Amino acid sequence: MPEAAAPAGGTLRGAGVSPGVGAGPVRVVAAAVPEPPAGARHGGDAEAERAAALAALEAVAADLEARAARAEEVGNAEGRDVLNAQALMARDPGLADGVAAKIGEGTAAARAVYEAFGAYRDMLAGAGEYLAARVADLDDIRDRAVARLLGVPVPGVPESDEPFVLVARDLAPADTAVLDPAKVVAFVTLEGGPTSHTAILARTMGVPAVVACPGCTDLPEGTRVLVDGAAGTVRVDPSDDEVRAAQDAAAARASIIASAAGPGGTKDGHPVPLLANIGGPQDVEAAVANGAEGVGLYRTEFLFLDRATPPSAAEQEEAYRKVLEAFPKGKVVVRTLDAGADKPLAFLPPPGDEPNPALGERGLRMLRRHPEVLEAQLGALSRAAEGLTARLEVMAPMVTDAEEAAFFARACRDAGIAHPGVMIEVPAAALRARDLAAEVEFFSLGTNDLTQYACAADRQIGGLAHLQDPWRPAVLDLVALAAGAAAEAGRSCGVCGEAGGDPALACVLVGLGATSLSMSAPSLPLVRAALARHTFDQCREAAQAALGARTAQAAREAARALLPGLAELGL
Amino acid sequence: MSQRTVKIESKVGLHARPAALFVQTAAKADGDVTVAKPGGKPVNAKSILAVLGLDARHGEEVVISADGEGAEELLDALEAVLKQPEPESA
Repeated sequence: MPEAAAPAGGTLRGAGVSPGVGAGPVRVVAAAVPEPPAGARHGGDAEAERAAALAALEAVAADLEARAARAEEVGNAEGRDVLNAQALMARDPGLADGVAAKIGEGTAAARAVYEAFGAYRDMLAGAGEYLAARVADLDDIRDRAVARLLGVPVPGVPESDEPFVLVARDLAPADTAVLDPAKVVAFVTLEGGPTSHTAILARTMGVPAVVACPGCTDLPEGTRVLVDGAAGTVRVDPSDDEVRAAQDAAAARASIIASAAGPGGTKDGHPVPLLANIGGPQDVEAAVANGAEGVGLYRTEFLFLDRATPPSAAEQEEAYRKVLEAFPKGKVVVRTLDAGADKPLAFLPPPGDEPNPALGERGLRMLRRHPEVLEAQLGALSRAAEGLTARLEVMAPMVTDAEEAAFFARACRDAGIAHPGVMIEVPAAALRARDLAAEVEFFSLGTNDLTQYACAADRQIGGLAHLQDPWRPAVLDLVALAAGAAAEAGRSCGVCGEAGGDPALACVLVGLGATSLSMSAPSLPLVRAALARHTFDQCREAAQAALGARTAQAAREAARALLPGLAELGL
Repeated sequence: MSQRTVKIESKVGLHARPAALFVQTAAKADGDVTVAKPGGKPVNAKSILAVLGLDARHGEEVVISADGEGAEELLDALEAVLKQPEPESA
């Protein structure tokens, strides 16, 4: 299919990954800054060239400081520290000397800046794993300074006084650290799938998002668009009437959602606890506000990222305790550190180059090589739960077989943790779930990874989005197998992948035997409303119909045909 | 010139926030300020990139030197940064 920018009044289509409607002018995240050509010379006025180079570096430093101040305003202390350190680098006297020397030799300012950074880049890259993350910071400063000198757009999230629709090829965590949630009305990206960083961030912020949307990066800056994050459409230059109609429909749905409250369950009273996926204590407020009955997935790696040493026992204990205290009557399912070559940590270097990090030494595999990290984390969890009423459940990521499950259960019991469980995200674990069920108290299905592994399709590759669809009957088969084995053994089997946040799929998962659903907090109300409109039998019939389909699309349609309440919700 | 050897108590070594504080403190001085690993080549303590490049870690020793008026007071301040186990939170 040819990729072309849609004309005014046209519509671009992608995958809707965060519901809601947003309208505003397009702001595009600029592409990478080109390397200034080697051998570029200046016109002869070295003094003026030096002044230009230093002015560019100073402007970059001032901009970084301003961003640091904004990060502080939104309570992002870590972002503030990183940005302030970057400002110090931009003002580094040694760097300025290096730039001046190269300009003195006749090199043009942009190339001189590029080369001067290069010397430090090599030094830091060679100085050990502690400094790996600083190389990326340094490249970012270099690109900002070079962009100014070449007169090309500065990379990164654009500045704007009015709310805008953020359009990008894809967004990295670094792009979004200083994002002002009040300014972004929608996200649209060329790449990415339902579990990409952009999609998860958008759902966490409650902002509509469309990903894998061809042509979006060709939209001229400032074009007005109407983004429908449920339908996956981007309407170019919409009329005021269209915007109003879309906003009215979204508001009508929001009021239906707001009327659904209380614990999750089907229309006929089959309970399905609805839990939140969180990254730390900062996400608890949104979880409680959206009616979460507990936490189904506490991703603890955010405590460990971007630091040179592991968090101390006291720091871990405090972060876990804060979350446990927020749910005195609920349960909190904590996932132990999920690190590896795809999410590297400075103090847990991977054993070597992994050509295929998703299939490498990550999750429990990594923890078995660093038993002291696992022991410290389980110890901190056990102490954090002491004297509290919340039910603490702890699970391991990337578990493949019963032996690994048994190892983890033993480690938990040694630490005094009563309820050990495992993630089911490796197809082998789902296929032999019966063996694993004998070793642990519960399963939690990680549908994102389960889909990626079942279909051998990397989550990060937008072009494979059609293979990353959790509606694929092969994935539903694995879910049914794991849930069935759990039920037979009297174990619980939750779902904590993003699939649980899709209202139609949530009903199907319950019909397949999922005993609880965990998702990004803003997805909870719509799922609660969808479940409350259907009986347990309707969910089971929809699940059987989906299992009987041959394609993801057919499964979706077959299930929807048996779930009439979805239409009432405008889904 | 004043000089002293200091053991790094900062848990993250001379990196991250302690490194930034160290450089900002050194930058306040008018004269030259250097930091080196024992027996190593001294680097400009006002340069964050040079200081990070030392890759000085928790428990290691560094030699800090300063000249001119107020050198001792400056070294006191730098030593205080290195002796802080946890980075100061702002």
